[in-house]
Amino acid sequence: MFKEMQSLANAQMTDASPHKVAGFYPYADNGGTLAAIAGDGFVVIGGDTRLTTGYQIYSREASKLTKLTDKTIIGSCGCWCDSLTFTKGLHIRLQYYLYENNKPISTNATAQLVSNMLYQKRFFPYYVSTIVAGLDADNQGAVYSYDPVGSTERHRYRAQGTAGSLIQPFLDCVLGRGNQTAPEPEKLTKEQAMIYLKDAFMSAAEREIGCGDFLQIMIVTPQGVEEERFKLRKD
Amino acid sequence: MALQELLQLEKHASFGLKSVDDVELSEEIEELNSEKLTQLPITPFTMNKNVQLRDSNTGRHIHINMEKGTTTLAFKYQGGVVIAVDSRATGGDFIFSGSVKKIIEINKYLLGTMAGGAADCSYWHRSLTVRCRMYELRNKERISVAAASKLLANILYNYKGMGLSMGTMIIGWDKRGPGLYYVDDSGSRYSGDLFSAGSGSPFAFGVVDTHWKYDMTDEEAYELGRRAVYQATYRDAASGGIVRVYGMKPTGWVKISEQDCKVLHYKYADEKMV
Repeated sequence: MFKEMQSLANAQMTDASPHKVAGFYPYADNGGTLAAIAGDGFVVIGGDTRLTTGYQIYSREASKLTKLTDKTIIGSCGCWCDSLTFTKGLHIRLQYYLYENNKPISTNATAQLVSNMLYQKRFFPYYVSTIVAGLDADNQGAVYSYDPVGSTERHRYRAQGTAGSLIQPFLDCVLGRGNQTAPEPEKLTKEQAMIYLKDAFMSAAEREIGCGDFLQIMIVTPQGVEEERFKLRKD
Repeated sequence: MALQELLQLEKHASFGLKSVDDVELSEEIEELNSEKLTQLPITPFTMNKNVQLRDSNTGRHIHINMEKGTTTLAFKYQGGVVIAVDSRATGGDFIFSGSVKKIIEINKYLLGTMAGGAADCSYWHRSLTVRCRMYELRNKERISVAAASKLLANILYNYKGMGLSMGTMIIGWDKRGPGLYYVDDSGSRYSGDLFSAGSGSPFAFGVVDTHWKYDMTDEEAYELGRRAVYQATYRDAASGGIVRVYGMKPTGWVKISEQDCKVLHYKYADEKMV
């Protein structure tokens, strides 16, 4: 039975079958862009609220950011149904953690959990780009980024999603400063990070059809999470 | 459970019935326990790289990016083993990261290197870390390099043909002295004196094969590893970033250097001028 199912599914997926059968296309690309910047005592994460399929806009109000704890935010985009399913599953795991340990989960533990949960679906992955942003045990900003199967690394700043390849080079220029000889700028403030984030999304919306409508920003500090909305192009 | 303890309830306060939490929730939670770290759910169809995925609405191709493109290198000499790697992760033509840690510190006496799918390597090395620690606790002695590499090879053999992508070296020091094994996604496992994996490996092999001598000093060996990976970052577009060099000694691994290949490039260029 298993063998039959396997050969049937493979035939459908490779279009090699002589019969006309309905294809098995389990994924959709619904776009979306995420970016996060970490600093001393803060982290900011932004995501656009546009939801698309091809050239069609499904929604202008789809939030890609989810608050997990007072110190940790997750951003997820790509295949919308996978994003929803994944964050829902993560919420459940975090509730278990809370009840079992009687304390909220730390940002770095969340980061490892997200990696493991993504890899659990290694043979039928969630088609998602993910960023976990939060404060670590020393209240330093932390940004973790993931590929669809859970490869992760901690960064100071990171962009992912449709316009990720547009925003990341900009952040590399103003924050990473690799191969630059100009003197180091002053220490990054929360206000400056917000300006960079808005600039990045504004520029990306000029050139990327999958990015626009609104930029939702969550700002994490030891005092808690603040939210801000910023208007982007609607065309 | 913590909530019951907090409220000072008895464990099964619900009329002698086993609490629902004990049965259903704990089973769910166990899903990700280390015991089941090696049991991944599989699909009745194969989702390997040969399958063309398309968007359900637009019909456009969907790429699930697996990070590839690497130079990793490890060789033995009289003083132990040298491990040298680059730090670039690519997906297609895009550089995902220039600061990946491709040398994975399993424990004080064991290192693994990462080539192929980044997620595959880091997940299975993490699971190997757990197994090596469990072995240590059960047997009151460190696991041998041979056994550690075989644990990994057996896992990969079980998942053979399912699309995992890994070419990894396991390096360590045990009762038998320095150990160096190459393990890959086909389930093969070889012991040897020199291995290199990844798209930049032909360049690294060329350098090491030319200059390698068993009687090298530590410094000569570290420099050879560094130079070989630097040359690979120069000729292979999919390799680059930071050149990391580690050494394996009787006292465990030592981190020797982590340098941007830009710095190395100008250093070697200056040496050529003299």
